[in-house]
Amino acid sequence: MKKINNFLHQSLYVSPFHIAKRDNIVWWKAWIIRIIAVLIALLVCGTITIALTDINPVKMYFTMIDGVVGTPRLVWNMLQNTAILLCISLAVTPAFKMRFWNIGAEGQVLIGGLATAICMIFLGEKLPAPILITLMIISSIVLGAFWALVPAYFKTKFNSNETLFTLMMNYIAIQLVAYFTLEMSVPKGSGTPRVLEYGQLPVLFGQKYLINILIVAVITVIMHIYLKYSKQGYEISVVGESEKTARYIGINVKKVVLRTMAISGAICGIAGFLIVAGTDHSLKSDSAGGRGFTAIMVSWLAKFNPVFMVLTSLLIVFLEKGASKISEVYRLNSSFSDIITGIIIFFIIGAEFFINYKIKVNLKDKEERV
Amino acid sequence: MIATIIQRAVMQGTPLLFGSTGEILTEKSGNLNLGIPGIMYVGAISGVAGSFIYEQSVAVLNPFLAILIPLVCSILGSALMGLIYCFLTVSMRANQNVTGLALTTFGIGIGNFFGGSLIKLVDTDVPSISLSATSTIFKTELPFAHSLGSFGEIFFSYGFLVYVAIIVALISSHVLKKTRTGLHLRAVGESPETADAAGISVTKYKYISTCIGSAIAGLGGLYYVMDYANGVWSNNGFGDRGWLSIALVIFSVWRPSISILGSILFGFLYVIPTYIPNITVSTKILFEMLPYVVTILVLIITSIRDKKENQPPAALGLPYFREER
Amino acid sequence: MEQNIALELKNITKTFGNVIANKNVSLKVRKGEILSILGENGSGKTTLMNMVSGIYYPDHGQMFIDGKECIIASPKDAFNYKIGMIHQHFKLVDVFSAAENIVLGLKDEKGFDMPNYIEKIKEITEKYGFELDLQKKIYEMSVSEKQTVEIVKVLFRGADILILDEPTAVLTPQETVKLFKVLKNMRDSGKAIIIITHKLHEVLTLSDYVTVLRKGEYAGTVKTSETNEAELTEMMVGKKISLNIHRSVPENTCDRLVVQKISCMNREGTKVLDDVSFTAKSGEILGIAGIAGSGQRELLEAIAGLGHLDEGKIIYNDPKSGKEENLRDKTPLQIRQMGVRLAFVPEDRLGMGLVGNMDIVDNMMLRSYKKGKSVFLQRKAPKSLAEEIIERLEVVTPSANTPVRRLSGGNVQKILVGREIASSPTVLMAAYPVRGLDINSSYTIYNLLNEQKEKGVAVIFVGEDLDVLLELCDRILVIGSGRVTGIVDGRSATKEEIGLLMTKSSEQHDEE
Repeated sequence: MKKINNFLHQSLYVSPFHIAKRDNIVWWKAWIIRIIAVLIALLVCGTITIALTDINPVKMYFTMIDGVVGTPRLVWNMLQNTAILLCISLAVTPAFKMRFWNIGAEGQVLIGGLATAICMIFLGEKLPAPILITLMIISSIVLGAFWALVPAYFKTKFNSNETLFTLMMNYIAIQLVAYFTLEMSVPKGSGTPRVLEYGQLPVLFGQKYLINILIVAVITVIMHIYLKYSKQGYEISVVGESEKTARYIGINVKKVVLRTMAISGAICGIAGFLIVAGTDHSLKSDSAGGRGFTAIMVSWLAKFNPVFMVLTSLLIVFLEKGASKISEVYRLNSSFSDIITGIIIFFIIGAEFFINYKIKVNLKDKEERV
Repeated sequence: MIATIIQRAVMQGTPLLFGSTGEILTEKSGNLNLGIPGIMYVGAISGVAGSFIYEQSVAVLNPFLAILIPLVCSILGSALMGLIYCFLTVSMRANQNVTGLALTTFGIGIGNFFGGSLIKLVDTDVPSISLSATSTIFKTELPFAHSLGSFGEIFFSYGFLVYVAIIVALISSHVLKKTRTGLHLRAVGESPETADAAGISVTKYKYISTCIGSAIAGLGGLYYVMDYANGVWSNNGFGDRGWLSIALVIFSVWRPSISILGSILFGFLYVIPTYIPNITVSTKILFEMLPYVVTILVLIITSIRDKKENQPPAALGLPYFREER
Repeated sequence: MEQNIALELKNITKTFGNVIANKNVSLKVRKGEILSILGENGSGKTTLMNMVSGIYYPDHGQMFIDGKECIIASPKDAFNYKIGMIHQHFKLVDVFSAAENIVLGLKDEKGFDMPNYIEKIKEITEKYGFELDLQKKIYEMSVSEKQTVEIVKVLFRGADILILDEPTAVLTPQETVKLFKVLKNMRDSGKAIIIITHKLHEVLTLSDYVTVLRKGEYAGTVKTSETNEAELTEMMVGKKISLNIHRSVPENTCDRLVVQKISCMNREGTKVLDDVSFTAKSGEILGIAGIAGSGQRELLEAIAGLGHLDEGKIIYNDPKSGKEENLRDKTPLQIRQMGVRLAFVPEDRLGMGLVGNMDIVDNMMLRSYKKGKSVFLQRKAPKSLAEEIIERLEVVTPSANTPVRRLSGGNVQKILVGREIASSPTVLMAAYPVRGLDINSSYTIYNLLNEQKEKGVAVIFVGEDLDVLLELCDRILVIGSGRVTGIVDGRSATKEEIGLLMTKSSEQHDEE
């Protein structure tokens, strides 16, 4: 009788399964889970596309690929877009590794771009290109770093919530840039952004975007080395993992937070510089185009690893470009790509659950207890 | 003129009030839902779609249905977005910031895509759809709006959703402060392990408050299209009001009752440049920056004063898993 | 059957893996009676009571409530049987008022009527003589007020059997007196009360019966009026067991670390170290004995530069230069820059001493990564150090690149101790270095400490097992409520002697 009673109690209070953290997963298994997730997501997107339109999904995916790598110009375009997104993703990564939620990349990029644009307009005619470009880089780095240091300072000094603070800083930057754009537009007040003639980055080997791509490639390598092999990168990891350990071994946590955010903002500034001087040759309030936010997803999806980030940023750009090609060919709305990107990110986010956790059936437990 | 300014400020503030009330309820459960801007787009487009279908299917609108259909569609659409957020962050334990931002991309995409498709369906020259008949019903003012002079203009000259926004904020404030549900919800956001130990289902509270919060925020989108914009949907028309709503949450230190005044203040900052003589467009843009500046100041001041009641919910943005206790 | 027995446990056994936490424990408590459960740290007191409150489920044995057998499988069951437990770590929402915390989680059919609840809570507080401001927020409260909230919360839910886990550990003497008064009031109105404790004089002043546990086993129950401190101490610590730990006679000792009259307070403003002075000598092991939470952690952290001191000096005698340095208020980095080779094995291994998600090599670098002018990390030396430790200390790990959180407790500790002694320290502090370790790993650690001692290092060993302390240490400092209650010779002292010093509280001090 007691046993039955006992069993009843156990079955009532122990749910049929529970979720346990996986200790480790072989890297290729993790990638298989991710790839499966992307495939399911593509299937879902295909289904949705058919439901909304009458497009043959196989043809649709071919159109997509064609739209991204169909011509050399498209390929360069994609590489250039990937480079910028990758650059911003690299910028936010050290902060995230430190568990500092810098979601202010959008603003830091724009402020960097603003610094560049101001140099181009006011010093453009007066200075030779090499000096001008050096000044542009320095000013965008300084301003980008400053924009990131403000929330970092208040975080270290008063423990202000960094997520909300950096978020708000974005919109101040956007308004500042909008103001500037309007003031500097030609004719004044018309809203048509001024074309910035002086200080454009040089065209290498006849390829307009090559220098951007090269600069970002260098930053990628440096960031990889910085995070993995430098003492500062090591300090970032320790602070992110456990502040208590950091103090135990004598790391000045506040200093590391400020330094890392300055680096994060500085690279965002460089991204702004590349957008203004290397790509658009103009500045608008949507020059960053939401990439400051997308970069957060790119960095997170790559597990904060700069090498994987090349792949994840390529994936995101591929999806965006591909989906916008579809909408162009099938005369769909251009926002179609946002939906597709959203769905695929949801699936990849979901896949992380199966990588980090396993679902266990509680049978064994019950037997033991009775 | 002052009455007109106040009236315009209230109308500007109403979408923000819906958004911030919804986000406060969500954040009180410890969920930092950065998907709110996307959710407000979805709330708007769901209402527009419902209303569009209804307008197309009947010749004469039944006022009751003309309101009910978009309202229900909007609530369902945005609550569904909240459900996606909860499923990913609560059940699948995904990172809240990443999920929220993805939801915003997705939601704005949904809004503009279906908006664009509807625009194509009606095939007009202008890139927008106009639901003027429905809008007229949404905009029906209270009696006395014009017979009582300024008083009437300030208090009675709005469509019903403005009053709904204020009532919802007041109810939320009451629920949070005075009821058992509110107490339990706040406990979940402050200290989920304590709530769990006291027998409160953390998961249930997170799901329900986030979905209800999303539905409320979505109404902000609906109000914007149906009332403020006179029933005209245009892509990206809603702008960055979603982010302003999140700013308003911080500004009102997580209190819906303060949000009511805060939304009017934000709206005021938004409309005031129009009434300043000889103001340039660029100065106007600087004015639009003010709500964010004010919000950051509030954030700084509250963290310097370090008064516990004015801090974000202690477990905001953090996942809760019982076995990691 | 005897009347009015509120709770009875018969032959309760509970194991966690291979560790036996409770073995055949029986006890009973009647209504209107206070029972103390007495035992050293790790004797299984809390585990036993966690089974009564539904957090764990026993492997064997029976429980009876009011004479009827019952099964308690969850905290909810315990609640239904009117059992309430006040844990050492309070579960309260900081920004809520006392009243809000007390009613949190209640589900009753009637509406949510705060004034009415407050009335009811007041009835309880008046009945038993609690002093509590119901509107006060938790974050404004002292520890004792928070504890009062927890007790009232349990009573408000209608508990008839109250279990308090180390309730006086965090209280000042005056607060303790107050608590005992309300506990007696509760007893007199018919509640059954169990308090878990290891303070002898509290047992003697408060309880009616005492049940003693020793290393998870039942050591007997005695009536308080028929016993004395000496008998209880003997029951608690048991006969001396020989462990055969090697111990050499210290040679050429000199004063390495002189701690002079240090005091400090914790965040709540309670004094956690009170006028502590002692000397750690090179070439000997100084043991620190004491009940958990008597200031051991604060003492070691203060020496390591992690805590702030209000008073006193920490003088380090440099063996090379012969200079004296004051370590007070220096950061760990400054201490290292002064050339002080101080090694510290903290109690919280994965939360403080090591980074769980990093591999063994990267954890080796924690102490040494800053060396050299290069901006880059040198992984060669840490890697060979990791491999050396793995081999010499027989660490079981797939490779040197395995994250340490995936290793077992014993292996984690070997890595940590191995790293700390690798820097050839002159002072080595170890807090509970064998806690949770199996016998073999424990002996590895003892041998390492002895090795260091023979090399001339001043070793400070904070331990909980008196048998180990008595066989390993040359001198033993006993700490009670933040004060030094005695320093004894490790070779001649007895367990009873140390046991009595440990339980000597500040209250008795004040009386002296």
